Amino acid sequence: MSDSFSTTRPIGSHRFAAVLMVVMFLANTARAWAGETGVPQAESGMLEAVFFYVFAAGALFSGLMICAGKNVIRMAVWLFFVLGSVAMLYFLLGANFLAVIQFIVYAGGILILLIFGVMLTNRSPWVRLDIKPREVAIAAAVGLVLMVTLVGMITVTDWPEEMAVADGLTVAEIGRGLLTTYLVPFEVVSVLLLVVMIGAAYLARQES
Amino acid sequence: MIVEWVQGQAQLVFSCLLALVVVGVMLLGVAYSILAERWIAAWVQDRRGPNRAGFFRLFGSFHFWGLGQPIADGGKFFLKEDIIPDNVDKPLFILGPATIFIVALVGFAVIPWGGQVQIGDALLNVQVANPDIGLLYVLGVGSLGVYGVVLGGYASNNKYSFFGGIRATAQMLSYEIPMGLAILVVVLATGQLRLEEIVLSQMGDGDVWNVVRHPLACFLLVVTLFAETSRTPFDMPEAEQELVGGFHTEYSSMKFALFFLAEYAHMITGSAFLMVLFFGGWHIPFVPGLQPGDTAWWAMLLKMLVMAGKIALMMVFYIWVRWTLPRLRFDQLMRLAWKGLVPLGLGLIAFALGMLYIGKPQAWVWTLVGNVVILATMLGITALIPSRVTGRQYDMPELPPRTSAPASIGGP
Repeated sequence: MSDSFSTTRPIGSHRFAAVLMVVMFLANTARAWAGETGVPQAESGMLEAVFFYVFAAGALFSGLMICAGKNVIRMAVWLFFVLGSVAMLYFLLGANFLAVIQFIVYAGGILILLIFGVMLTNRSPWVRLDIKPREVAIAAAVGLVLMVTLVGMITVTDWPEEMAVADGLTVAEIGRGLLTTYLVPFEVVSVLLLVVMIGAAYLARQES
Repeated sequence: MIVEWVQGQAQLVFSCLLALVVVGVMLLGVAYSILAERWIAAWVQDRRGPNRAGFFRLFGSFHFWGLGQPIADGGKFFLKEDIIPDNVDKPLFILGPATIFIVALVGFAVIPWGGQVQIGDALLNVQVANPDIGLLYVLGVGSLGVYGVVLGGYASNNKYSFFGGIRATAQMLSYEIPMGLAILVVVLATGQLRLEEIVLSQMGDGDVWNVVRHPLACFLLVVTLFAETSRTPFDMPEAEQELVGGFHTEYSSMKFALFFLAEYAHMITGSAFLMVLFFGGWHIPFVPGLQPGDTAWWAMLLKMLVMAGKIALMMVFYIWVRWTLPRLRFDQLMRLAWKGLVPLGLGLIAFALGMLYIGKPQAWVWTLVGNVVILATMLGITALIPSRVTGRQYDMPELPPRTSAPASIGGP
């Protein structure tokens, strides 16, 4: 039983994605030091810069650990650290509301739902992921598409020199926006809860 | 240079000092809440509680009514062997108690302790942090509390712990919904998410505490606080008679103590939150020194004392209920949440929205009348719709026939 925990073995597309993420992070850090991006530098507040790198590195490392893990509950805990680090980045940007909602909705709702689903559906609490080649292929395809999109967006975007701060965006304005201009996307996104439930059930399902 | 910087950052320095004081007082308060729990339990059960542990007989044979008990308990927990069983998921096993205790402590950052205080030229908030989303912050931190229980229950690799974890998840997820609804009523009535502003909105001219404006929402929040802290009658996650100790069965020494202390820390945070939302925080009507305009240092101390007193009253209520009410069964627990509290909460939200629509969200006479009407409606519905008694033996599925005759034990 005890050997079931020493399962941090990157496989297939996971290793590919992990290496790419590290490379991208290092490249972006180098660019920041060269003064090319809007990532906070020493001049725009030492404390902010330190916190930014701490939390960005935390999010990245936790994300890598998700890719490398095979124990679903542990991966969920790493996912919690990703969500928490990103929420901290929101706090740094002055988007308090977004950060807290990240905690309430993702960490307190969706992730708990995922853990709950895994714990209830699997016959054994020691949930393991056994990945088939077909699934590796699908994951690699999806990951590749996502990565191409992200890299494209990052290279196309005109990054501001200063760190953007979301001051003055009140809760009332966000609420009005969500219920008028962005009503349809808001409703569509709420299907995410269902997606998480299905995904958890799929991952933890009993093989027949 | 450092002196100038400190003078420019008066609020930051004050907040840091306040955080130290609050955490210190709270850890002491947690320890003595446990003593209070045992005293009140003894009183309810008509026996003597812990009354021996004193201070090494420094004062002759006088025992100080057992006030040394928490210190003795703490020493005992530290000196016990800390067992980590072989087959547990070790990192998560350690993370469980750590998470639950951290979550219980950080909720304190946004509680307003005593309005504002004038120190030198600066007018400072007696509050560690005053973010514009203070109320959501408490809610967000509270929603993380379930992680400690779930991780502990899962990592223990023990069926009882596992059941405790699953029960805790289902219970806390279910009761977060009526809790959110109750809090939304306050938000609709005051139009604020900043906790200090919510306190101030209960003490202007013609204003009353929110408990008078929305007593049913207050009741809803009290019930859900009991459920969120897993206190009796909602202590299914650790029901001793069924699950040994529930999620903390495998824990010993200081790790168990962290679970134990976190329960009381959660109770204190929840009480403070309730007092801020519904009982005017540090305010008592007509008492000089407890009004928003009083910014002297002694007024601050008085306000903090009042806040602590209100929290202590709520803690006594928590303990009193624990030793009075029996535990709910799990189906009753779920039915109470989904068929009782959620519809009630939705009704209250609709009512509060209506008051907002006619432009009088704070007219307490009318909200009070509305609350009475809602209560009467709920009671009427409950009386008119017959609900079956569940959990009886005749409802259970037929058992398969026994393969061997049971051993005869004689008698009926």
